[in-house]
Amino acid sequence: MFAEYSTSDLLSIFAMQGVAGLILFSVFVLMALGLAIIFGQMGVINMAHGEFMILGAYVTYLTSHVFSTYLPSLFSFYFILAMILAFIAAGALGALVEWAIIRHLYNRPLDTLLATWGLSLILQQTYRSIFGAREVGVTLPDWLMGSVHLSETIELPINGLFVMLLALGISTAVGILMYRSRWGIQVRAVVQNRPMAGAVGINTAKVDRITFALGCGIAGVAGSAFTMIGSTGPTSGQLYIVDTFLVVVFGGATSLLGTIASAFSISQAQSTMEFFMSGSMAKVLTLLFVVLILMLRPQGLFTLKVRR
Amino acid sequence: MSYQGIASLFPKKEISGFVVLAVLLILVLPLTLDIFRLNLIGKYLTYAFVAIGLVLCWGYGGILSLGQGVFFGLGGYLMAMFLKLEASDPITTKIQSTPGIPDFMDWNQITELPFFWKPFYSLPFTIAAIIILPSIIAYIVGAAMFKRRVGGVYFAIITQAVAAILTILIIGQQGYTGGVNGMTDLRTLLGWDIRTDHAKYILYYFCVFMLFMCLFAAQFVRKSKFGRLLVAMRDKEDRVRFSGYDVSNFKIFVFCLGAVFASIGGAMFTLQVGFMSPTLVGIVPSIEMVIFCAVGGRMSIIGAVYGALLVNWAKSSLSESFPELWLFALGGLFIGVVMAFPNGIAGLYSTYAAPKIDQWIANLKSPKKNLIESKKADETEKPFAKSANKTETTIPSLTQGVLHE
Amino acid sequence: MSNNTDFLLAVEGLTVSFDGFKAVNDLTFYVDENEIRVIIGPNGAGKTTVLDLICGRTKATEGSIKFRNKELTKMKEHDIVKSGVGRKFQTPSIYGDLTVFENLEISFPRGRSVFGALAFKRDAEVINKVYEIADMIFLTEFLDKQAELLSHGQKQWLEIGMLLIQDPELLMLDEPVAGMSVGERQQTAELLRRITKDRSVIVIEHDMQFVAKIADRVTVLHQGKILAEGSIDKVKADPNVIEVYLGH
Repeated sequence: MFAEYSTSDLLSIFAMQGVAGLILFSVFVLMALGLAIIFGQMGVINMAHGEFMILGAYVTYLTSHVFSTYLPSLFSFYFILAMILAFIAAGALGALVEWAIIRHLYNRPLDTLLATWGLSLILQQTYRSIFGAREVGVTLPDWLMGSVHLSETIELPINGLFVMLLALGISTAVGILMYRSRWGIQVRAVVQNRPMAGAVGINTAKVDRITFALGCGIAGVAGSAFTMIGSTGPTSGQLYIVDTFLVVVFGGATSLLGTIASAFSISQAQSTMEFFMSGSMAKVLTLLFVVLILMLRPQGLFTLKVRR
Repeated sequence: MSYQGIASLFPKKEISGFVVLAVLLILVLPLTLDIFRLNLIGKYLTYAFVAIGLVLCWGYGGILSLGQGVFFGLGGYLMAMFLKLEASDPITTKIQSTPGIPDFMDWNQITELPFFWKPFYSLPFTIAAIIILPSIIAYIVGAAMFKRRVGGVYFAIITQAVAAILTILIIGQQGYTGGVNGMTDLRTLLGWDIRTDHAKYILYYFCVFMLFMCLFAAQFVRKSKFGRLLVAMRDKEDRVRFSGYDVSNFKIFVFCLGAVFASIGGAMFTLQVGFMSPTLVGIVPSIEMVIFCAVGGRMSIIGAVYGALLVNWAKSSLSESFPELWLFALGGLFIGVVMAFPNGIAGLYSTYAAPKIDQWIANLKSPKKNLIESKKADETEKPFAKSANKTETTIPSLTQGVLHE
Repeated sequence: MSNNTDFLLAVEGLTVSFDGFKAVNDLTFYVDENEIRVIIGPNGAGKTTVLDLICGRTKATEGSIKFRNKELTKMKEHDIVKSGVGRKFQTPSIYGDLTVFENLEISFPRGRSVFGALAFKRDAEVINKVYEIADMIFLTEFLDKQAELLSHGQKQWLEIGMLLIQDPELLMLDEPVAGMSVGERQQTAELLRRITKDRSVIVIEHDMQFVAKIADRVTVLHQGKILAEGSIDKVKADPNVIEVYLGH
């Protein structure tokens, strides 16, 4: 299998696949973080997560249009604003959805799953009605184009690099928020014992709403980042939802570190295998592998043993 | 089965539901619809097989599978493999570079029939495979998950992933599966042309027959102690376990049963519609099958049939005239059925329509006598008044059961 | 680990640790045939965990539990039940959607396999047994009632009835009178006295008056270890017990 390649060829192939894997990893992390907060911390399955992502992508698309039409001089920086807007839009929609649907279904996880699936269908059709069925892409500002040459055969695309940095930054921020801030303590208190948290004066309804909105907001940012490496269509979100859920479940649901580790292993496995076989077979094998491991170790990679 | 056995299997209250459905499917629809529409009904009914299985798994057992399309697809593809081989005899396919193999194989430069296709020259083998293969897969998935106490949303996600895997696999391996187009151009079953109007009538009735077989099997499970155990497990799994039951075995069995129902449905789909494609296997169709069950009422097997008929009828009529409205409607249906009507049509029926119909029938029979009877019925039902719209199972009256056995 | 004994239940060196926290630590105690043993102790002493370990709900990290000289620690929950150990949970654990009759019927020890349950017939034996138990637990009039609609105390009785119909040799009750009215407490004490005649019972209870009424021997747990063991009077007089549990 490797006979026709020289050692240095192989090395750069692996390096390039590794880079591709890292970019995929960053996207997974961005998508999975929001989901991990919502599912891991609240136990809510949000099947419309992908659509919140796409909302962020469309917001970015609109922002880029506005900038290129009215503020061409500032076009280089539209991306920063777009991400903030994406966060706000997705977060606000998330808060609305939590208020209208999710809060009524907290002790019925399977029903939440079905209701949010319904929501995802409605959002998809809304996008289709507004933006059309065709996929849209954004024009990247100059500074995000091109690539860095590390050696003759290994190069790093700058947009990929940016996505990686973004994933790193947002994961750090979420980590600090969850484990160092007062709000994070409240969220974890609500997760562990809702009535008790309520009894000691935590406004659990508010914590729920903010947690859900934050998870959706991060999805929006993920969607925004997603526009840099791919185009966006009404059903793009659905394509990733299963992968993202598997990432979260594989990582152990309640552990942010686990989510990141599992995103890493899944993305690396997939991108490395993609070199040796067709993309679809690589995906089948990756998913199969994850499902088999989950069957053997359903609690995921990282979990605590707790007293029942 | 003894008379008493049948009587306890079909209490008076429930037998009317079966009879009405039978009259509707066997007489009313075939007499009023042309064969094109009837064939569509037949197609919708194939989804009802899946929905009945989901009532048992999800409504009774609390196990939500988002991968029923896998089993529906398996049944459909296995049937299609047999029909495809029959349609690919060397004479019909003599223009191919390798005559005698399915056309899509030829297009994909495959020159020999793969080994796993060969047994599908035999109809008995195919029928056995339609029953056994889904059972095996459901057993493996179910045993792996339930023995390790995985349930709820985790099970839902894993089954969904299985649906995703199978779809990607079918599309990716087009040389062996027909790829994204699926297996098309199926013509005959043991030399009998399945595309004629006459054949479509026969296949429709065969489908209805099989549907009732599955309904009876489901009714038997519901009415046995197994059915009550499923409800008990959904409620207090640990209590059942510490009453000496191996809970996982019950879940595995009901999941396998649901898989077999779905597989039979898939096979009936292929026979009536004449093709099978990956669009019926994946995540989206699998979760839509759940909505058929939810709309019908997740605790009602008869409701599941109406749910499948209604949603699919709405889908084809809406997406014909207002395609963009359909997804809004379907999305709204998911949200509405979860938040406002958790017991679906069956729940609405038993809360609003059933009392009035009972009253009407009672008056029709003989007004005086039945006035007293309906009063009696009111009294006996009182303890269940609160639960009546919660579950159907809580209704059986003890004294009746005792007298019967 | 240990040789065969005459005890009905022999717990030796039992330890369970949750991520390093030892909820039960090197516990050893024995229960005789027909003995009523009460386990008391402050919250978090590991009382419920001990029951969980015996009935297989939690797996032991170390040690052995022998029931009639049969090792339970490696057995599955339903097999432990079949060998004659019944367990009542702290909060009444009944099937709310089923009737009282059906609740008891499900607990009847027959047709426990998948196909056994499919073929199960509600015959005279089952019906008579259900009536007999229902009479014992004061629920004869409520047989047709949906269990969800029973009062808290009635639910506790129903769960006790569900255990009785299994006819276990060792009955484990976790706070059977918690949340009951004074009248119900009285009735329950009576019920327990009647049903404990031909079997061994382990009871977890806080109500010391109730304990004094029923206990043969009392085991006091504290931080996963045995603090004292013996008759109720001996335990009550123990200075350590007074210090950590009973108060001065």
